[in-house]
Amino acid sequence: MKKVKKEDLAAFLDRLASTRTVYAPCRDGEGTVDFQRVTGAAEIADTYGNTRLSIKRLFLPQTETLFSYRNGEDGPVFDVPARPGPAVVFGLRPCDAKSLGMLDGVFANDQYTDPYFTGRRADTVLVGLGCVEPCSTCFCTSVGGGPFDPSGLDVLLSEVPGGYLAEARTEAGASLLGGVPLLDAGSDELAAAAAVKEEATRKADTLPLAGLKERLDGAFDHPVWAKIPEKCLDCGICTFLCPTCHCFDVCDEGTAVAGSRVRIWDSCLFPLYTLHASGHNPRPTGRERYRQRVMHKFRYFVDRLGCTACVGCGRCVVNCPVNLDIRQVVGMIRDQVEAGIRP
Amino acid sequence: MNRENPYLPVPMRLEKNFVETSDRNIRTFTLSFLNQADEEAFRYLPGQFAEVFVPGKGESPFGMASSPTEPGRLKFSVNRAGVVTTALHELTEGASLGVRGPLGHPYPVEPFKGKNVVIIGGGFAFSTLRALTVYLLDRRADYGNITVVYGARSPGLLLYKEELAGWAQRDDLNLVTTVDRGEEGWTGRVGFVPAVTKEVAPPPDNTYAVICGPPVMIKFTLPVLREAGYPDERIIMNLEMRMKCGLGMCGRCNIGEKYVCKDGPVFTLAELGRLPNEF
Ligand SMILES: Cc1cc2nc3c(=O)[nH]c(=O)nc-3n(C[C@H](O)[C@H](O)[C@H](O)COP(=O)(O)OP(=O)(O)OC[C@H]3O[C@@H](n4cnc5c(N)ncnc54)[C@H](O)[C@@H]3O)c2cc1C
Ligand code: SF4
Ligand code: SF4
Ligand code: FES
Repeated sequence: MKKVKKEDLAAFLDRLASTRTVYAPCRDGEGTVDFQRVTGAAEIADTYGNTRLSIKRLFLPQTETLFSYRNGEDGPVFDVPARPGPAVVFGLRPCDAKSLGMLDGVFANDQYTDPYFTGRRADTVLVGLGCVEPCSTCFCTSVGGGPFDPSGLDVLLSEVPGGYLAEARTEAGASLLGGVPLLDAGSDELAAAAAVKEEATRKADTLPLAGLKERLDGAFDHPVWAKIPEKCLDCGICTFLCPTCHCFDVCDEGTAVAGSRVRIWDSCLFPLYTLHASGHNPRPTGRERYRQRVMHKFRYFVDRLGCTACVGCGRCVVNCPVNLDIRQVVGMIRDQVEAGIRP
Repeated sequence: MNRENPYLPVPMRLEKNFVETSDRNIRTFTLSFLNQADEEAFRYLPGQFAEVFVPGKGESPFGMASSPTEPGRLKFSVNRAGVVTTALHELTEGASLGVRGPLGHPYPVEPFKGKNVVIIGGGFAFSTLRALTVYLLDRRADYGNITVVYGARSPGLLLYKEELAGWAQRDDLNLVTTVDRGEEGWTGRVGFVPAVTKEVAPPPDNTYAVICGPPVMIKFTLPVLREAGYPDERIIMNLEMRMKCGLGMCGRCNIGEKYVCKDGPVFTLAELGRLPNEF
């Protein structure tokens, strides 16, 4: 295992930012940490639990122009914005990296490929930072990840005194690390890092999920759904902050002569989301909408793509204005629903 | 469909804007491709749909009312419902449009080969059933008996009146039109689709039923078919959900783990039976 000194990494990031787009967590005037484009290592926040907004906005921006059109004599002509080009994301957490792997399955499905999302993914190298100190709301271990899970990353950095252990997971990661002076890590450093990892991994295992999927398979009409969302405001904050929620709306801006098509984050918790032009709405109340959110993450996504669409980042837990806690919801289902057969 | 970028429409020209119904709420739009290459790439079958783009207003999904056996043109029959559909209704011939598609899965016309088909429709949902009927008639020898049951509230609300008159003359098609309320000069039946279906549906052996229409019509016709002995695997439906991307990505149109846009909109009743009842 290789190690990089803090000052060497900082110098490398300074050089990198002068030739490539680099995103990293930055603290704003109010103390909020979010990914921003940086011009040097000095702008990067040094301690933080996780960013407020998830990584998805760098790959699926909250609003994004898909194309613009001009409608002339010979019919409409379409222009697609240029692909943003190579970038490096520094300092993302393993949970966010894992969420991108899940979204890969959404934006390149069995039939279609979304060029915007997949283009950014292909052009971006992910340098992650393991979580020495998971937050009280984290449960990544429970959903198959972990504070030091390197699986979605190109490089995983793990903090040790004076620097970081650096593990390249992909060719792109190895080639990036080629620009950094690397030392051999000492065995005492490795042992200390392993102990930190073990402790953090245990700490982030707070939500037993065994049997949940089987219960959800038979729970579509269960009375538990009427109780859970009682206090939900349909505000959608949880879905906007969630790294795996990918729903979007598509709108046109402009006139008959010229304009653009834009996609914007949307939420399955919004009443208009499924409303037909006829007035019919298959999910008319909070009961159906909140059920959809939970079912999608813990049942439908598993059926379609083989994993739970929750990475345990805890953002929805921290930021819900009425303290509706996904961990308690999952707990209620586990406790109140018998394992059954679908649907 | 643009493989590199499935969000991009192809440019089309509005050839004809035709008022179908006496209440003027449904019009049929005939569109032609501006580029030959786009036309060749647009390979579709009845039951599929496309997103029609009205510049300045947006796009909306509509089932193709034309059959691929009628080359060079796409037809859509559109009920005036909101922003995009109203703008479409107001367009004049020669207007520029965009179309993105074909999207979704078609009616299973291959398995239909050598089988009888009963087509049951009501309201403006008859559009994709028109496409299917034309397709089957254009390849008549491949299929067994064809029965079409088509209902509307009144004679003026039936689509494709001229074409229906032509079908009524054919002896290789059993066309049964019915209306809730008759009118002076109406020679078809008076009665609801489920009751008429009960009377005229062929025996289930070797037969597929295709049904598309307003929810109440479906609700009362399905039991008729089941009672007649049609297995759920041979009852074919075409669903409608609110849609945006049409690609299984925007998340909007799911029923359970299926996206109606990319996994449907055509499903067998057996497939729907395995999904949550949420549509
Ligand atoms: C697969 C499929 C096939 C369809 N085929 C036909 C057809 O052949 N003829 C026909 O008249 N109608 C059809 N519809 C319904 C038609 O798409 C809606 O009536 C239309 O989108 C309403 O758009 P609007 O802008 O006029 O209404 P608004 O209420 O102003 O809608 C605003 C936006 O919401 C979305 N939307 C609203 N209602 C629906 C809906 N029911 N389905 C999908 N998106 C919706 C659209 O994106 C629309 O741009 C079909 C729908 C689907 C899903
Ligand atoms: S953040 Fe809380 S109140 Fe808002 S939609 Fe999510 S669960 Fe409901
Ligand atoms: S559901 Fe909540 S905890 Fe799970 S990934 Fe989304 S925001 Fe994070
Ligand atoms: S319309 Fe976007 S997922 Fe079906």
